[in-house]
Amino acid sequence: MSKLLTLCALACPLAGQVGYERIAAGASEPASWLTYSGTYSGQRYSALRAINHTNVARLKPAWIYQTTDLNQFEVTPLVADGVMYISEPPSNAAALDLRTGRPFWTFRRPVPSDVHTCCGQVNRGLAILGNAVFLGTLDAHLMALDAKTGHLLWDVTVADYKQGYSITAAPLALKDKVIAGVSGGEYGIRGFIDAYDPASGARLWRFWTVPGPGEPGHETWAADSWKTGSAATWVTGSYDPGLNLLFWCTGNPGPDYDGGPRGGDNLYSTSLLALDATTGKRKWHFQFTPHDTHDWDANHVPVLLDGAWRGRSRKLVVNANRNGFFYVLDRQTGEFLAGKAYARQTWASGLDERGRPIPLPGTEPKPDGTTVYPGIHGATNWNSPSYSPETGLLYVAAREEGTVFYRATAEYTPGNYFSAGGMRGIPGVEPSGSIKALDPLTGAQRWEFMLHSPPWAGVLSTAGGLVFGGAPEGNLFALDAATGKPLWTFQAGAPVYANPISYEFLGKQYVAITAGRSLMVFSVE
Amino acid sequence: MRKLALSLLLTPLALPAATTGEALFRTHCAPCHGPKGDGGRGSNLAVRNLLRAPDDAALSVIVALGIPGTQMPGTRMTDDENRQLVAFVRSLGRAPATPIAGDRANGERLFWSKGKCGQCHTVGPRGGRMGPDLTEIGTRRSPAHLRTSLLEPEAEVPETFAVYRRVIFTPDNFLQVRVVTSDGRQITGVRIDEDTFSIQIRDYSDRLYSFAKDELHELQKDWGKSPMPGFRGVFSDSELEDLIAYLAGLQGAK
Repeated sequence: MSKLLTLCALACPLAGQVGYERIAAGASEPASWLTYSGTYSGQRYSALRAINHTNVARLKPAWIYQTTDLNQFEVTPLVADGVMYISEPPSNAAALDLRTGRPFWTFRRPVPSDVHTCCGQVNRGLAILGNAVFLGTLDAHLMALDAKTGHLLWDVTVADYKQGYSITAAPLALKDKVIAGVSGGEYGIRGFIDAYDPASGARLWRFWTVPGPGEPGHETWAADSWKTGSAATWVTGSYDPGLNLLFWCTGNPGPDYDGGPRGGDNLYSTSLLALDATTGKRKWHFQFTPHDTHDWDANHVPVLLDGAWRGRSRKLVVNANRNGFFYVLDRQTGEFLAGKAYARQTWASGLDERGRPIPLPGTEPKPDGTTVYPGIHGATNWNSPSYSPETGLLYVAAREEGTVFYRATAEYTPGNYFSAGGMRGIPGVEPSGSIKALDPLTGAQRWEFMLHSPPWAGVLSTAGGLVFGGAPEGNLFALDAATGKPLWTFQAGAPVYANPISYEFLGKQYVAITAGRSLMVFSVE
Repeated sequence: MRKLALSLLLTPLALPAATTGEALFRTHCAPCHGPKGDGGRGSNLAVRNLLRAPDDAALSVIVALGIPGTQMPGTRMTDDENRQLVAFVRSLGRAPATPIAGDRANGERLFWSKGKCGQCHTVGPRGGRMGPDLTEIGTRRSPAHLRTSLLEPEAEVPETFAVYRRVIFTPDNFLQVRVVTSDGRQITGVRIDEDTFSIQIRDYSDRLYSFAKDELHELQKDWGKSPMPGFRGVFSDSELEDLIAYLAGLQGAK
């Protein structure tokens, strides 16, 4: 099969048709990288093993592609049939020749000067389905581009960017739908998850992550606070084709630091939602941080795995949360099975038997500051985790960083920053980070590799027994997946704000990741 | 006369903005830059020309995004608030400077002779590289801050940085480190740069080192420590005034 694909790649490099069946069976096609997390399971694992502990020390750049934009280059590339599909900041896209990194096509789209983004004008990637790739934009449009030419096929307005909405996440392509989430949690948006028809761009359903009047959960918002409740959906979710369930995490409630005006649990902020992919109806939800006041979005990719849970096999979803706790849930029912702090946290005495945190007094933001771990960026963030079926370990890029949280008051005006407070680092403490290997059934730590500062790069595990990651000081690295021992490092010369992937081309395995303005592709000679 | 007319025209317009700008300044800026903006842990903003912000547009960007590689964080606010804060910060530099009493020329003599400050600090082309470069110190730090630094150096050593990083280099704060190599050599110096796998150090004899961390037996970071001696009791009160006058007058390369 891979020989055939390879031949096709040379003879007809842009003939790729990435059907749903190929994505759903992505685990058996490790030469490609067909969806944001590699497969629908969110595992970000490559079954390729040509690069392994015997040769990884000789990993060298094969080619480098540079974007011209000054914003962070956060893309997870897609790879299919000899072509790499990328998004570039602010809202551009390109298709690159896998042999050389030279573009087959580029798609440039100017962004209005008044778009609102909390954290840079970034984009984390594309989705591919059939003959199209799908791009979300900072002015909250969703677009389909012809995968062979980059020509615009359709363009729909997902939301009004002047209200603070934007799209930074890679869309997720299912059988007959493209799922899109929105950013804007610091602008008092009302969050939602949308499904669109891949052929026409028609909207098929919308799930509001802040329930309106009469809907269950609406009572968890005091007065009119639901209207600016945020719960953005800015990290690409996972999908279980067997259950036809979509797993998508939600962000902080708005305003971030002042919980006063929004009394209640503030559903479905900081939650994991399981939605019926056909209808967009909620099957279940699990809220990690009820009534959050520390900007702890639940923005870690939900990882789907099947495990022996107390003697019987169960379909699980696990999540290392920004709030410092690791969670194991039954993904059919949402039942809480286990939870454990996996990084330093000072805000809760633990989780109760249903997984609800037990907050400690005095940890709420105050006008004169409250010091809390994890900090504003959480114990981890959007940068992806990885699960290796081979080692049975979950790998998480973790942050050891507290914050002094300040509470203020904020008046909502459409499209303007709406956080009601601020933050600063803790005097006298230099934050650090680590790559942690966790037992995915308990959260128990198996090993830890310390990083000089908190990472913004995700991790990739491979059947070669390796874990790839990156550091803010520009170090790319490969660790032994069993022990955490570093086996390869490369100084890329700029901070790494991205997730690695792996693919095969002409019989050779590659690892790709961005650093600074460079997309770098590595292989062993 | 023309100048006077201009300021009369501007003042009534600037006033309401400065009132809100002042409130924003108290909340976001004063903790580091001081209630009057004349510096503390953060630089002196009550100056006519801000080195990093030659115009209002540049200042606006710094308020929003911070200064990568320093302790200065970005602060998100509405466009209108940003404008008002920028206007207020600009107004700080228009206030008449408090005259400094000391004798600058004598301060300069003390700096290079009795104080031996030039052994570690650079002014223009002259001096040592161990301590912070003082060529522009008068634009960055207020006289009160300079006094504290001279009497209790460790009170003013930055303790950490924790800003959202967009650069790979270590911020230009001062950190003394001590290492013991695996073959037993001991080196004390200033951290120049550091990442997960390596650290670069300048020792007190001005030698540069690069170490792979896994080859070090020990790596000790002396947060908040300074090798600079305190000058309480070393200088007389009037000498101290002279030295402060000299330092406050250091406004950058001529």
